[in-house]
Amino acid sequence: MIGPEVEFRIAEIYRQESRRVLATLIRLLGDFDLAEDGVQEAFTAAATQWPQEGVPDNPRAWLISTGRFKAIDRIRRRARFDRALRDLVVQLEHDDRTADESDEQSLQDDRLRLIFTCCHPALTPDARVAMTLREVCGLTTEEIARAFLTSAATVAQRIVRAKAKIRDESIPYAVPGGDELAARLEVVLRVVYLVFNEGYSPSSGEAATRPELVDEAVRLGRVLVELVPDPEALGLLSLMLFHDSRRMARTTASGELILLSDQDRRSWDQHQIAEATGLLERVWKAGEVGPYAIQAAIAATHAGAPNAAETNWKRVVDLYDMLVLADASPVVELNRAVAVAMCDGPSGGLALIDEIFARGDLRAYHLAHAARADLLRRMGRHDEARDSYRRALEVAEQGAQRRFLKERLAETSP
Amino acid sequence: MKYLCFVYAEESSFASIPESELAALDEASLANDEELRRTGRLVVAQALAPAREAVTVRVRDGKMSATDGPFAETTEQLGGFVFIEASDLNEAIQIASELPMAKLGSIEVRPVLDLEARVRERSGG
Repeated sequence: MIGPEVEFRIAEIYRQESRRVLATLIRLLGDFDLAEDGVQEAFTAAATQWPQEGVPDNPRAWLISTGRFKAIDRIRRRARFDRALRDLVVQLEHDDRTADESDEQSLQDDRLRLIFTCCHPALTPDARVAMTLREVCGLTTEEIARAFLTSAATVAQRIVRAKAKIRDESIPYAVPGGDELAARLEVVLRVVYLVFNEGYSPSSGEAATRPELVDEAVRLGRVLVELVPDPEALGLLSLMLFHDSRRMARTTASGELILLSDQDRRSWDQHQIAEATGLLERVWKAGEVGPYAIQAAIAATHAGAPNAAETNWKRVVDLYDMLVLADASPVVELNRAVAVAMCDGPSGGLALIDEIFARGDLRAYHLAHAARADLLRRMGRHDEARDSYRRALEVAEQGAQRRFLKERLAETSP
Repeated sequence: MKYLCFVYAEESSFASIPESELAALDEASLANDEELRRTGRLVVAQALAPAREAVTVRVRDGKMSATDGPFAETTEQLGGFVFIEASDLNEAIQIASELPMAKLGSIEVRPVLDLEARVRERSGG
């Protein structure tokens, strides 16, 4: 291989391997910042050496050992001017933590260690998301800030504080074992789902979707399924794929939202639906069905229906009943109420939504008011429908959702 | 991405630092520049003469004025800058934290603005 070809290959290896190399270097060097430095040094060395010497047979192993060596070397040079670093040099030089690069399992474990550490419960939820997107997915601070409509300085501080916390509280770089695993996995899955939701249905801003976040969440979901084939990890990936299969049908050419019932189902991505269905079947076989898998099963019911009217709404309601048992929340109850309305007519659904409001729940949730408005509209009670659309508009913040509500309000006005 | 690290420190505090320590600081700063250069992260780094040697220039109504001293009187003065290339803001912050002067003063990290891109955007290109 000559110049440009090697450069192309290095760029490709960077995309495939930089996060794995980082994950292992954090274990070997015991520190995120040192490891990030090591990754940078390793690829700098590759860019100068590989064009002459050729790409090594096992680039990952080469990058890991080069990164480790260079990072220690750098600390050694800095220690000449900084006494505080001398102990660290001694510790790193005498450390016998080595990477057995041939041991695929230990390297896989490093990727999991990284995910579990970035999603450690001691970190704030915002920090977990920022750490996961930066360290595990390789997004830049600026990219994360843009995706979450916040300033880069804010995201940067979250990351700096999270790393300080990991260091100061000696949060172990480990995959939790035994009883702890299930609870910790739940936190990880929640981070992935949060990233997905922020992409699928952003909480603020003008854009109806942020596809880059959806893509990252699906990618993370795949990594998790590969590393921990837990039924809920399978369920979450299945759920995300079912939702994402509607990507092309969910918005108009100008980026406005289209409701599930009005979507052109021919543009749903059948490959994604097939993959999601396969994952869901694996969950059924495993016999342990959790909240993500139930939600995936609901999405599967929609995916299998030719249109809204011919959807098996009875099955959707049954699945929501299961979901209420597995993971009750006012939002789940709201979705169940909408399904009941589709199954038995709007009045039953309306009564259920009013019960939720009467308890004091979801009054600041625009989708609850929008759903109520929609049921009233279908019952011909237009005055009340308009009131509910107005209430929804009062609490909706997201641009595309506000435009949607305004349009509905105009439609119901005489 | 490019970031400019402004190095601020209280000039008066240098008077109380022994000469040998100041020499070590200079060496450490030069060594750090070299490290950044080696890994392709240094654009340019420069220390500055004391703020009392500054002259502040303005043009108003076509007339130029030049006044002695820095633009703003502050407790910490701009003593130098390190212009770096980093993959993102957190890497820039990490580089700033390793500047030897970070132990003595404060480093302000500022992302650069792509003025050319802004001009292109405005002209609808």
